[in-house]
Amino acid sequence: MSSKAAATLLGILAIALYSGLGMAAADPYQLNFTEPASAIASQIYDQHIMLLWICLAIFIGVFGVMLYSLLNHRKSLGYKAANFHHSTTVEIIWTVIPFIILIAMAYPATKTVIAMKDTSNPDITIKVTGYQWQWGYDYLVGEGAGISFISRSTTTLDQRNNKAPKDEFYMLRADKPLVVPIGKRVRVLVTANDVIHAWWVPAFGVKQDAIPGFIRDAWFQADKVGTFVGQCTELCGKDHGFMPIVVEVMEPAQYTQWVAEQKAQSAAAVVDVNKVFTLDELKAAGEKVYAGNCAACHQANGQGIPGTFVALDGSKVATGPKAEHINIVVNGGKAGSAMAAFKHLSDVEIAAVVTYERNAWSNMTGDVVQPSEINAFRK
Amino acid sequence: MAAVHDDHAHGHGHGHEHGHDDHAHGPPKGMMRWLTTTNHKDIGTMYLWFSFSMFIVGGLMAFGIRAELFQPGMQLMTPEFFNSLTTNHGLIMVFGAIMPAFVGFANWQVPMMIGAPDMAFARMNNWSFWLLPPAALLLVAAFFVPGGAGAGGWTFYPPLSVQMGMGMDMMIFAVHILGASSIMGSINIITTILNMRAPGMTLMKMPLFVWTWLITAYLLVLVMPVLAGTVTMLLTDRHFGTNFFNAAGGGDPIMFQHIFWFFGHPEVYIMILPAFGIVSEILPTFSRKPLFGYSSMVYATASIAILSCVVWAHHMFTVGMPVTAQLFFMYATMLIAVPTGVKVFNWTATMWQGSMSFETPMLFAIGFIFLFTIGGFSGVVCAVVPVDIQVQETYYVIAHFHYVLVSGSLFALFGGVYYWLPKWTGHMYDESLGKLHFWMSMVFFNVTFFVQHFLGLAGMPRRVPDYALQFADFNMISSIGAFGFGLSQLIFLAAVVKCIRGGKKAEAKPWEGATTLEWDLPSPAPYHSWVTPPVVK
Repeated sequence: MSSKAAATLLGILAIALYSGLGMAAADPYQLNFTEPASAIASQIYDQHIMLLWICLAIFIGVFGVMLYSLLNHRKSLGYKAANFHHSTTVEIIWTVIPFIILIAMAYPATKTVIAMKDTSNPDITIKVTGYQWQWGYDYLVGEGAGISFISRSTTTLDQRNNKAPKDEFYMLRADKPLVVPIGKRVRVLVTANDVIHAWWVPAFGVKQDAIPGFIRDAWFQADKVGTFVGQCTELCGKDHGFMPIVVEVMEPAQYTQWVAEQKAQSAAAVVDVNKVFTLDELKAAGEKVYAGNCAACHQANGQGIPGTFVALDGSKVATGPKAEHINIVVNGGKAGSAMAAFKHLSDVEIAAVVTYERNAWSNMTGDVVQPSEINAFRK
Repeated sequence: MAAVHDDHAHGHGHGHEHGHDDHAHGPPKGMMRWLTTTNHKDIGTMYLWFSFSMFIVGGLMAFGIRAELFQPGMQLMTPEFFNSLTTNHGLIMVFGAIMPAFVGFANWQVPMMIGAPDMAFARMNNWSFWLLPPAALLLVAAFFVPGGAGAGGWTFYPPLSVQMGMGMDMMIFAVHILGASSIMGSINIITTILNMRAPGMTLMKMPLFVWTWLITAYLLVLVMPVLAGTVTMLLTDRHFGTNFFNAAGGGDPIMFQHIFWFFGHPEVYIMILPAFGIVSEILPTFSRKPLFGYSSMVYATASIAILSCVVWAHHMFTVGMPVTAQLFFMYATMLIAVPTGVKVFNWTATMWQGSMSFETPMLFAIGFIFLFTIGGFSGVVCAVVPVDIQVQETYYVIAHFHYVLVSGSLFALFGGVYYWLPKWTGHMYDESLGKLHFWMSMVFFNVTFFVQHFLGLAGMPRRVPDYALQFADFNMISSIGAFGFGLSQLIFLAAVVKCIRGGKKAEAKPWEGATTLEWDLPSPAPYHSWVTPPVVK
C-alpha cells in the first residue's frame, strides 16, 4: 500500500497506460490479462488491447466535446443558449459510424470464436470433472491414456483462518496438477459431479462451465513450459474460492517420463479387492480420505455445521446399518441434499472412509468394512 | 381524441368519490393514511422510503462483503455466510432498492407530467405497494432460519440452489411477491399513460421520462412472468420431485439459465431505461435548451428494449453453446451499443451551446453520462466473445455492472430526487449538502469499482470470500472506497430530511429551464393535482 499504491492509482487514471503492460505472474499491480501461453490467449490479449484503444479514442472524442461545452457554455459566463433541437444528418452519421466500428471489432472476434470452438484432431483428450470442491482428471486418449487422479488445493484451513502464514501460492496450488506436454493439442471434456463449476486457465484462454450430467468440450495448446493457474469461476457452494486449477506444461520428453512414473505408481497401488485389512489399517487410511473429501463439510471433528451440514459424530447413519452408510457415501444423499456421490473413489478408499467414520470420535461400532463389500455393493 | 376525453372523465369521477371523504380536509391522519391511501403521491412517497431502507439493508450487506475482502484470509465470517451476503445484496439491491425507487418516481411524476389526476387503478396501486414489505421481510428473515439465507447467487442457478435449505424457498416466494407487485405496477403505469393524458398531449409530446417508463412497463409485463415461472420450476424441483433442471431425471440445468436470463437481460434495461428518462429531463432544464433529438431518443429507447430480448445468452458464453449461437448473441449484443451511443451523443448535443448551470441534479446527470459511458465501454468489451471468455465470472464483470447500475441507475435516481424534491416538499434542498453528496459519491464510487477492472483482468473470480495475495492491495483500496461510498449516502439522507423539515420556500417552477407540466402546479404539489386537466398545445 501507501506510496506505491498511490502511484499505481495515478497510473490507473492514465488509461493509456493500459496497453503494453506485460506483467509477471504474481504482480500485485497487474493491470492487464495474464501473459498468454497459447495462440488463442494471445489473440484474446491483442483483441482486448485493440478494443481499449478504440474505446479510448471514442472516450476522448465524446468527452472532449463535452468538456469543451462544460467549460464554455455556462450561464455563469453569460453564454446564451442556442435553440436547435435536432439534425437528421448528424443523427444518421452518428448511428452509422458506431455500426462500422462494431463491424471492425466483430471481424477478428469471429475468427477467434470459430477457432476456439474447433476441438477436432486432438493429440490428447482429458476428461475434467468438477467436484465440490476439487477437480478430477482422467486421461482418456493419447499419450498418458489411463492416468486418473484427483487434484486438491494445498491451501490449509489454518492458512485460510490466519493461523498459519500465507505465501505467494496461497489458494493457487494443488497437490497434483494437471500435466500436459508443450505444443500438443489438448482437448478437455468438461463435466461435473454435483453442481456447476467452471474450468478456467487464463494463460491458455480457455474457460468452460462444468455441468453435471452433460459433457462440453474445449481445447488448448500450450506454447510455454511452466505452471499455469486458474480458479473455479462458477459459484459452486461454500468452498468455491478454494478449488484452483493448476496445469503444468512440460517438454515432450519430460512428459513421457511423467506418464511412465504415473503408470508405475498406479500399478503399484492396485490392490486386490479381496485383500482383508485390519481395523487400524482401514482407520488410518480412512482418516486421510476423510480429510480430503469429507472434512470440508462434516469438519475434522465430525460435528458438521449446525443447520447446514449434518454431524457424523453420533449420527444415525454412521452408527446404524452398514449398508445404508455405504449407500449414502457411494450414491450421495436424497435428491436435493448437498451430500454428493463419491463413487469415483476406489473400493479401498470407500471401505477405509466408512470404517473410519464408524470408529472415529464417539462412534464406537467396531465395524470393519472391507473393500470386497464395497465391490459387492457396486454390483 | 374522444377516447382521451372519456377516460379523463372517468379519472375525474374517480377523484370525486374520494373527494367525498377527504377533498376538503386533506388526507386522514396517522397510520391509516398510509395503509389505506389510494393517492399516487402518498404511494410514491412510500415506494421511495421503502426503496431507501432496502438500499441501506443491501448496503450493509455490501459493507460485510467488502469488510471480509479487506484482507486475504477469512476474518469475519464463514464462506457460507459470505455467499448469503453476495446473494442477498444483489437480490435486495435489484428488487428492493432500484426497481421500487423507479416505481416511486413513476407514481409521483407520471400523473403530474401528463396532466392526470391520479393513477388509473388507485386501489391496485395501494396493493402493489403493500406487497413489498412482506417480500422484504421474507428476504431478511431468511438469514435467521436453519441453514441461513439462500447462498447460490442472486441468479438462483440450479443444481446449487436445489441444495440450499428453506432460506432458498423464502427467496423464491419473495421473488414471486415482488414480481406480482411489479406486474400490477406496470399495468397501472401503462393504463395511466395510454388513457389519462391531458387533452392535446399526443404520444410524441410526452416528456421523455414518461416515454421511458411506458417502454419499461411493457418490458416488465413481458418478462416478470417468465421469472415467476422459472423459480416455480425450481421450487417444484426442490420439493415435488420434478426434474426440470436435473440431468439425471431428463432435465437440463442450462435450461434454467436460458429462461432466467430471458428475464434477466431485459431486467437490466428495466433498471436503466427510466434512468435515461430522468437524465433526459434534467439535462435540458439545466442547459436551458430543448432536448436534442427527441424522436430519435424515443426510437433508441424502443430499440434498446426490443434488442434486450434477444441478447440473453451473452450471460452464458462459457456454458458451451454452439458456435452459431455464440456469434449470434455476440452480434446482437454489440448492436445495443448503437442506440445507446445515440443517446449519449444526443445528451452531449443537448449540452452543446446551452447555458448551463451546475446544481446538484445536473451534477448527477453529468456524472451519470460520464460513468455510464465507461460502463458501456466495458459492456462492449464483455460482448466480444473471446474476451468475455476471459472476464466472465470475474471482478471485471462486477466492475462493469456496478458502473451501469450504481453510477447509472442510482446516480440518475439521486439526480431525480434533487430535481423534484422542491416540487414534492415545497422546500429547496440544501445545495451545499447536495453537492457534497455528489462529489463524495463520485470519488468513492470510482475508488471502489475502477480497480475491480484490474482485479478481474488479472484473474480474480467473483463470489469468492478470499483471494490470492497478489490481489490484496487492490482489494483493500476497493474496500476503503466502498466504506466511503456507503457513508456518503448518509449525507443524502440528511439532505432529504432537512428539505422535508424546512428550508427556503420553493417556487412553482424553481428551475428556470424546466418545461414539463408538473412545474405548472404549485410547490408543494397539492394532494389532488390536475383535477381539471391542463390543455397541451
